[in-house]
Amino acid sequence: MTRVIRLWGCLLFGSVGLFMSGCTTVHPWERAALADYTMRPDRDPLATAMTEHIYFAREASSGGRGVGGSGCGCN
Amino acid sequence: MSLLNKKIIALSLSLLALASVAVADVAVGSPFPNLGVFGLEGTLPDTTGRVVLVDFWATWCAPCKASFPAYSAMQKELGDRGFTIIGVSIDKKPEEYAAFLKKFAPGFVTVRDGTQKLVSTVKVPGMPTCYLIDRKGVLREIHSGFHGDATAKELREKIQKLLEEQP
Repeated sequence: MTRVIRLWGCLLFGSVGLFMSGCTTVHPWERAALADYTMRPDRDPLATAMTEHIYFAREASSGGRGVGGSGCGCN
Repeated sequence: MSLLNKKIIALSLSLLALASVAVADVAVGSPFPNLGVFGLEGTLPDTTGRVVLVDFWATWCAPCKASFPAYSAMQKELGDRGFTIIGVSIDKKPEEYAAFLKKFAPGFVTVRDGTQKLVSTVKVPGMPTCYLIDRKGVLREIHSGFHGDATAKELREKIQKLLEEQP
């Protein structure tokens, strides 16, 4: 009997974990907010310049940072 | 087989069935869903016996904007031969949709899927995605993304091939 209860407990725990987890798939048609300009990592030129200066000074490398586009995943 | 085992199997099968429903989408070779039942904002053209390109786009999608001049040209050139483009905007905000149309003035029909019922049913793999439907209403091609002249050329060839088919 204990074994049965334990098994059901595991099943219940697994189901709750599966259906109530915080992870979700953002579908292509739900990416309007991700594609917004404010989601761009380089939206503030001054902040970008300062961050790059720190990064290049620390890593002793230049020009190896940055990606294009925002988060819509288009194309 | 014990009752518990039977229950576990039944539960697993139910979950599997649920999962299969969740990933169902339209497939090449099957009829494309009837656009008239999704409560789209705007007037749908009569597409009986015509080759139709249903293009899903959004105001926030840069490649979608890039595709508009090419689609407008295709509509102008091939419209008389029985070709119709229906642009389906998936924008939730009507004011953004209206402002975009005013600015870009596409040369083809556009409607808005504000509730995103259609796009959720079709489950587009990316933005933009277009669906090429033959004269019988059967989905023949799914094309995701827009890469300028290369995409336009590829689509034009496929559309012309479908236009040559008899209804």
